[in-house]
Amino acid sequence: MKKTPMLIIGGGPAGLSCAIQAASLGQSVTIVERSHSLGGQLVKQTHKFFGSEKQYASVRGFKIAELLIQEYEKYKDLIEVVLDATVTGLYPDKVCTIVQNGRYYKIKSEVIVVATGASEKFIAFENNDLPGIYGAGAVQTLMNQYGVLPGNKIVMVGSGNIGLIVSYQLMQAGVKVVSVLEAAPLIGGYLVHASKLRRLGVPIHTSKSILKANGSACVESIVIADLDDSWNPIPGTEETVEVDAVCVSVGLSPMHQLLSMVGARILFIPELGGWVPKVSECHETSVDNIFACGDLSGVEEASSAMVEGRLTGLFAARRLLGTIDNDESIHQDLISQLEGLRSGPFGKKTREGLLQMKEEGQC
Amino acid sequence: MRIEKHPILEFSNHQEIAFFYNGKEVLGREGDTIASALHALGIKELSKSIHYKRSRGFYCAIGNCGSCNMTVNDVPNVRTCMTKIEQGMRVFSQPGKGELI
Repeated sequence: MKKTPMLIIGGGPAGLSCAIQAASLGQSVTIVERSHSLGGQLVKQTHKFFGSEKQYASVRGFKIAELLIQEYEKYKDLIEVVLDATVTGLYPDKVCTIVQNGRYYKIKSEVIVVATGASEKFIAFENNDLPGIYGAGAVQTLMNQYGVLPGNKIVMVGSGNIGLIVSYQLMQAGVKVVSVLEAAPLIGGYLVHASKLRRLGVPIHTSKSILKANGSACVESIVIADLDDSWNPIPGTEETVEVDAVCVSVGLSPMHQLLSMVGARILFIPELGGWVPKVSECHETSVDNIFACGDLSGVEEASSAMVEGRLTGLFAARRLLGTIDNDESIHQDLISQLEGLRSGPFGKKTREGLLQMKEEGQC
Repeated sequence: MRIEKHPILEFSNHQEIAFFYNGKEVLGREGDTIASALHALGIKELSKSIHYKRSRGFYCAIGNCGSCNMTVNDVPNVRTCMTKIEQGMRVFSQPGKGELI
């Protein structure tokens, strides 16, 4: 069985930042990543990020992935990267089972950081399984990574930041965005993103949602309707819209499955995205020496995932190395960056979620 | 349908790769996954569901949802959104659970 002192599951913004931080302190690590490349979902994000300079503000997502990979290359001697490898199991003796190119093997590690991210949520409506109905992330992957259009005429379901940003990206790629539907009475995302769409003539309908998709081998049209105060469709307001694709952007669920498997305590905190592992202030789960960070421990922006990754890299390295030079100043810097990102009205949900996590007591 | 012009991104690799979809030779581009290559050819239905034989296409495109499974080079349940095309690859729609042997 292969052995490593520190194993990171997931090479996205959180996992990669975690590895870089730990390696910068002299700790050797192994990253296991499911896809062909590092960077996670950053590689398909063409929009510019917010935040401050340290979190790569006003740099496009895929460029941030390139910057992180450049930074990783400085520590290549200390960071081993295993690509195209899916972790299929995590056990209390800190053994991970991995499938890579049809081969099944095990890695044992002293410290494990789980940074598996989140998966796209789905909503219930008739024929929601028709081809041509995609998650917003899938649309980004198809367009921005592979250069393929999802369709010609599309309706976006959900007006959170992802829904708004991806609508704009669809237009950049030449797709007609018929409208954005939002079941809630208010637009979910930042006004700056919504205004951009409105200026381009895309209507954003609040209190409206999708009831049904029509088509045989692929979606051909959808039925939409107004919703009342209790989120029920109002009879008589149904309307059929011709589309050849539908984009569903209704949020993300943390991918806690490996942590559930290993017996870590999992809490239900809707403000953080649903089922999340209970973590200590040091991002350690209820299982000793197993840490969690990024969207897995609370769905936020990638900016926060990167800082949280670095913070968790510090904690994990501290566990293995004992004393660390400048520990306190690194710690304080990362904590204040996170506080900055979570301040203001849009950080409210995360702040409330994290407070609930704290109130749940010790791991 | 390929994106030919984009304000931010450049798609310059036009190297073609021939593979087989349900026995018919088709062309994708280097770097494509099976799902993206088929989608570019207008093929959105990848397989049928196990019980009710409903049309299945991909939903997440990053290997989470399992809606894009097809039989590739005789191996069933391959996540086609994660698997890159290769010259001569044999890709088939999968009508059921798939048999290993």
